[in-house]
Amino acid sequence: MTKSSFTNVQSEYLAVIDHAKCIRCKRCIQNCGWGTYSFGGDKIIADHSKCVACGRCYTYCPEGAISILKNPTVMRENGNWQDYHIKNIWRQSETGGIAISGMGTPLKYKKYFDHILLDACQVTNPPIDPLREPMELKTFLGKKPSKIELDFNEKGQPVLKNKMPPQIELATPFIFAPMSYGSISLNAQKVMALAARALGIVMNIGEGGLHDDLVPFGKNIIVQVASGRFGVNRDYLNSGAAVEIKIGQGAKPGIGGHLPGEKIGADISRTRMIPAGTDAISPAPHHDIYSIEDLRQLIYAIKEAVNYEKPVSVKVAAVHNIAAIVSGVVRAGADIVYIDGFSGGTGAAPTIVRDNVGIPIEIAIAQVDQRLREEGIRNEASLIAAGSIRSSGDAVKAIALGADAVAIGTAALITMGCHVCGKCHTGNCSWGITTQRPELTRRLDPEEHGEKLYNLINAWSHEIKEVLGAMGVNSIESLRGSKERLRGIELTDSELKALGIKHAGM
Amino acid sequence: MLRLKNNFSIEHDIAGCGLCGIINVKKIRTNGEDIKKAIALEHDRGNGLGGGFAVYGCYPEYSELYAFHVMYDDLAAKEATEKYFKNNFIIEKQESIPIFKTSKINDHPILHRYFMKPKSDREDRLFSELKDDDFVVKSVMLINSDYDGAYVFSSGKNMGAFKGVGYPEDIADFYMLDNVEGYMWTAHNRFPTNTPGWWGGAHPFTLLDWSIVHNGEISSYGINKRYLEMFKYNLALKTDTEVIAYILDLLIRKHKLPVELAMNVLAAPFYQTIDKMEPEQKELYTALRQIYGSALLNGPFAIIFGYPDGMVALNDRIKLRPLVAGTKGDFTYIASEESSIREICPFPDFVWSPKAGEPIIIKTVKTTIDSENISQKQRLIIS
Ligand code: SF4
Ligand code: SF4
Repeated sequence: MTKSSFTNVQSEYLAVIDHAKCIRCKRCIQNCGWGTYSFGGDKIIADHSKCVACGRCYTYCPEGAISILKNPTVMRENGNWQDYHIKNIWRQSETGGIAISGMGTPLKYKKYFDHILLDACQVTNPPIDPLREPMELKTFLGKKPSKIELDFNEKGQPVLKNKMPPQIELATPFIFAPMSYGSISLNAQKVMALAARALGIVMNIGEGGLHDDLVPFGKNIIVQVASGRFGVNRDYLNSGAAVEIKIGQGAKPGIGGHLPGEKIGADISRTRMIPAGTDAISPAPHHDIYSIEDLRQLIYAIKEAVNYEKPVSVKVAAVHNIAAIVSGVVRAGADIVYIDGFSGGTGAAPTIVRDNVGIPIEIAIAQVDQRLREEGIRNEASLIAAGSIRSSGDAVKAIALGADAVAIGTAALITMGCHVCGKCHTGNCSWGITTQRPELTRRLDPEEHGEKLYNLINAWSHEIKEVLGAMGVNSIESLRGSKERLRGIELTDSELKALGIKHAGM
Repeated sequence: MLRLKNNFSIEHDIAGCGLCGIINVKKIRTNGEDIKKAIALEHDRGNGLGGGFAVYGCYPEYSELYAFHVMYDDLAAKEATEKYFKNNFIIEKQESIPIFKTSKINDHPILHRYFMKPKSDREDRLFSELKDDDFVVKSVMLINSDYDGAYVFSSGKNMGAFKGVGYPEDIADFYMLDNVEGYMWTAHNRFPTNTPGWWGGAHPFTLLDWSIVHNGEISSYGINKRYLEMFKYNLALKTDTEVIAYILDLLIRKHKLPVELAMNVLAAPFYQTIDKMEPEQKELYTALRQIYGSALLNGPFAIIFGYPDGMVALNDRIKLRPLVAGTKGDFTYIASEESSIREICPFPDFVWSPKAGEPIIIKTVKTTIDSENISQKQRLIIS
């Protein structure tokens, strides 16, 4: 077929330069990972079609000479055939390929967190001032026995009869969501490793193996085993605080992963233990897991390999039947279940899946927690809620809906400069996050951004303490699963029922 | 119709209150006059919508039988409930609970008591092998949730609860507690803030031999309730006190925790304290918090918990409600206000204010006084 040199797809943004202000320092040319800018002899020229509004250029322009505008050229409005659909049709008619996107869905689905309100104390029970009284956020992830077994020592004092199953101790109920070396840069992983260590929490290195530079952070790392089994061996399994089996991801339930060969340089090849230049393919299913009993075998194979000294987590995407699935996963022996909701982020996913598959984390976590309680096995595993936790308020609500802790992915990247442009899959991230181009990754300083990430989680933890105090409790375990402290607004009866909460005023 | 049960459309009944407790460690029995005097002094801590007493050692002649105190709205409810009793229990004796009609309590349910034990061939034996205690608990929960107009408010051995809607001093007169004797008494004056009074909602709340009187609001009620539901407890009353009683039942009776440790679940030590403990203890207390985090009572409370071997007084972890203790000879007194203690014991040997989250456990002398986890000062006083 002949290819037209014209495209119907107009640039979404305009990179507009105020030439009166511009001093022609050319920093924008360097800074843009997408090659928007070039020097036209006497002035900077912008190729609008390349701009993704990642925000890097204007952040680093010394003269404030750059404005990124939404392209004002209109398409004829149509409530049904919106720009989004029409442009995708044009794009796909040009390429013939599956549309791919990065980050979580940008579509405006109902966000249940925004329809839930928290309780506070007035008169009959006093609020507690977190500046005066201890406020406890310490959280342990892992299987808990349903009852304590005691022995008595020579002095007749009670002592623990059996050792507790292995736990991950978190100083605050946050972890960093799995993002592999390959999907993000090593520096981005280092940012999270440094922050996790300083905060007393853990990061998850995702499925791309463990880079040598991260080995010293073992106590603050969860290592992952996904369908590609990249970098997995006995030492790898024993190098972190826990092992996670990745079954699915909120942004792309039922879909595998694909890191193209161009991105597999020497370093990634060594870390993933695959030849340089070959595609790194994570199949949609694990090829040794076709049912729940297979999962059980893998869980116990890993437990054997780590001598039952580390908890095993299973990460699943929130799909329609999530409660029954998680119940099965818990009965299969998982110590932690990580539930990734619809609208969670990704490095790359087919747009159709990202935008249409799964259920929101708010409903998933509420349903799973309830189901495990009804079956009397809630103590058997800890639950992690993920899928676009945007604020400490979201975190508090997720915990009150039943999560033990929440995972932060996109929010962590935002502290590194990410503007949620959704173009991670291109590998051109100007912020040095979702790219392997050395000139781009170099600019992400782990120390500097590690501190920013530390600041964020520290601030959110303080905010959670404020909220706990206002609720009159001084320990996070009194919030966990306490749906009575939540009320819904603008929700239907079915929605309230799915969340297991009452409407405001009830 | 009188309100026996919490049929109000609320998730959680909340109240402020006054408490008193008296125990004689040698199990010398005294009548209800002192406890009435002590709680009457705390008149203003209630609003006339609930008062009650628990007494231990009051039925020595039936000490091997479960003493059920039951409230009925009407004779039909009584008939239905008694049918259940007859099918499942050997009833050695039954009678009306003696009452004295006073002008203050002029509206009351039918009050009846039964001394009985579960039959060996009771209905449920077709399906299960429940122990007698478990069967009694199950029966109490069944009647309280499924039998309209019937409410069991006491089911222990050699102990009983006497309670209702009214000020506690009037309730004492109503039940003629000056004719009742026991070695341990607890009392409660209620100030409900979100429901009108209801007979079942008055304290003490009892289950088997446990009794609880409680001042406070459990801010962690929501999760405590869901935690108990995992163990099949049916929280029909929607009160904090019910939650506390069931947690204690779970911990002490079912999970076999020593009373001291159970108290350390209700008011768990802070991690900053645990971290300073010896390794063995640290391990134990960390495990307790990991396993029983959802049973932590958070929010302001002072409770007096009675069981056949003694009495326990406990404050929340940061002492947001008052609780004072005093001793004189073999007597120990606990109250919301020191003045209550001095009202009946003007010159106590010691008076002190228990520390936040540290239980005071007073055991009767047949058993040893185990004062682990009681601060030095408290230990000196008790032993
Ligand atoms: S960074 Fe700003 S000042 Fe420098 S060349 Fe680009 S537009 Fe001009
Ligand atoms: S991480 Fe992805 S979404 Fe964020 S700025 Fe980089 S390319 Fe854009």
